[in-house]
Amino acid sequence: MKLKELESCLQQVDGFEEPKILLEQYPTSPHIAGCMLYTIHNTFDDIQNKLVADLGCGCGVLSIGAAVLDAGLCVGFDIDEDALDIFKGNVEDFELSNIDMVQCDVCSIGSSYAKKFDTVIMNPPFGTKHNQGSDMQFLQTAISMASTAVYSLHKTSTRDVKLRYDLPASYKFHKKKSVSECFARNPISKLPQKYCTEHM
Amino acid sequence: MKLLTHNMLTSHVQGVIKGYPLIIKATEVKVNELEFSAPFVSRMIPKLEWSALIQAAEWLGQSQDLPSTLIPDYEKDEEFLRKVHRILLEVEVVEGCLQCPESGREFPISKGVPNMLLIEDE
Repeated sequence: MKLKELESCLQQVDGFEEPKILLEQYPTSPHIAGCMLYTIHNTFDDIQNKLVADLGCGCGVLSIGAAVLDAGLCVGFDIDEDALDIFKGNVEDFELSNIDMVQCDVCSIGSSYAKKFDTVIMNPPFGTKHNQGSDMQFLQTAISMASTAVYSLHKTSTRDVKLRYDLPASYKFHKKKSVSECFARNPISKLPQKYCTEHM
Repeated sequence: MKLLTHNMLTSHVQGVIKGYPLIIKATEVKVNELEFSAPFVSRMIPKLEWSALIQAAEWLGQSQDLPSTLIPDYEKDEEFLRKVHRILLEVEVVEGCLQCPESGREFPISKGVPNMLLIEDE
């Protein structure tokens, strides 16, 4: 599947009807989601036939994309029932069977999923709405859940930044050239790496 | 909720030491076809708590002569892998609940989604 096909496919995904500000709900744009998933699939082969987790899945753009790219199974995790209802509607519209979902608080998951998933993908809350530190909690949970890789979107000021974390090396963070090329206009910032070293 | 997901879920009720496996009480179950992938199923098997899977299949009346312990060389047994595929990925609990085996706390499953949220003092 070409990137453009994936993007136009993801444009069909329904977003939030009434986004909840305190949960920092907003749909991941089909362009960013497409680009991210396309790279994860084609460059790193971390989607097809893999067990994928989508933390803070919301209406499920990333999960739908992963399922369309033939993930073995993609499991979405979100705290909000309304978002999961929309996600379910999307799954039905797309007629996908390789998706499952769990309603829970990602920040309280603990280590029950330790290394169970091959890959974790997410666009987590950034911690800008009275929920400071939630992005780091999401990251910690993601790293404990994944046996191969975590792909996450993080915000530095107004720029969206994409990172790939190689596992299980002790929290080493790699910045692959192909990933930075994909986001030529949004260079990968050094901030998350420093932040992670200090807080983990 | 698929049984591959159920195999990973635990109860986090305060004070509970082993909230696993969650007892499945299903009122509505359906089977949703999914394309079989032998490599994916073989890779998932070592990640599973096998006895919890067998237990879950029994609760749903879907045991289908799955062995109570893993057979050696299962990767090469396509018939076996297809049985595992069906129970892990195609059988879904639509309505019902999951019960913590220690505290008895019930987590509802509605429209296929288990709700694992705890209230503040749990």
